[in-house]
Amino acid sequence: MPVNIDAVGRAYGPHEPYEVTRVKIREFADAVDARSFAHRSEEAARAEGYPDVVAPTTFAVIIAQQAEFHVVVDPEVGVDFSRVVHADERFTHHRPIIAGDLISATVHIDAIKQRGGISMVTTRTELSDEDGAPVSTVTSTLAVREEA
Amino acid sequence: MSTENGPAFDALEVGEVVAERAVELTRDSLVRYAGASGDFNPIHYNEVVAESVGLPGVIAHGMLTMGTAASVVEEWAGPGNVVDLQTRFTRPIPVPAIGEAAVSFTAKVGALDAESRTARIDITVEHDGQKVLGKAQAVVSCA
Repeated sequence: MPVNIDAVGRAYGPHEPYEVTRVKIREFADAVDARSFAHRSEEAARAEGYPDVVAPTTFAVIIAQQAEFHVVVDPEVGVDFSRVVHADERFTHHRPIIAGDLISATVHIDAIKQRGGISMVTTRTELSDEDGAPVSTVTSTLAVREEA
Repeated sequence: MSTENGPAFDALEVGEVVAERAVELTRDSLVRYAGASGDFNPIHYNEVVAESVGLPGVIAHGMLTMGTAASVVEEWAGPGNVVDLQTRFTRPIPVPAIGEAAVSFTAKVGALDAESRTARIDITVEHDGQKVLGKAQAVVSCA
């Protein structure tokens, strides 16, 4: 079943907010070889001008991919996850993510382009904090190969 | 943005290499990233599944490569100072069950914007003599 191009414009969420913890920031920093102590120690983060431990640049992907999952599993969009390859990704940070943040995510299907048996599905996930202020915009494109 | 901890804008020159790193990715790196990120797609740890969808074997998460590229830039830029980061995933990095995949990262000043005091950093990521990321660019907020 091909991806349904009429799904462009759909939005999902926000669902339950994501709680950013120091432990998760450290774990993610270790995984991506992010070496600053500001990802690990509150004191080091304060010395850099932050109120608490600061997340590495791509930490937002954890929250964004949870939101994007709602698109992938929507039967009316029709993405076969076993045929998906990640094509591109972009983060635009309105401010850094800090331990203690409660982040809400809303994902929008911005575009679906089909050519040569491949559907390129572009989503935009808007992350905001408890006060509703924007934190990050995460844009992601999945390439979905259609069955021959 | 906490730009006071950022690189000094006036000292930067277009073309200058600001950071480099050589990384050896292993299956351990992939499992660690899967757990940290929540991306448990089996193509990143299971040979049989990877080959069944036409891949050369288990491959690294594109986001692990991008995340490591970000870390290389962020170590130079100061934490929290990479305000924008984008890439295309152009070539997978196969990671063997035993041994490692060598990946090199080079970050260079691509453009300078005096008005916003930001630097565009172009990142070249290579494995096996070939580029694995396309248009990998970071925007860094400078002091």
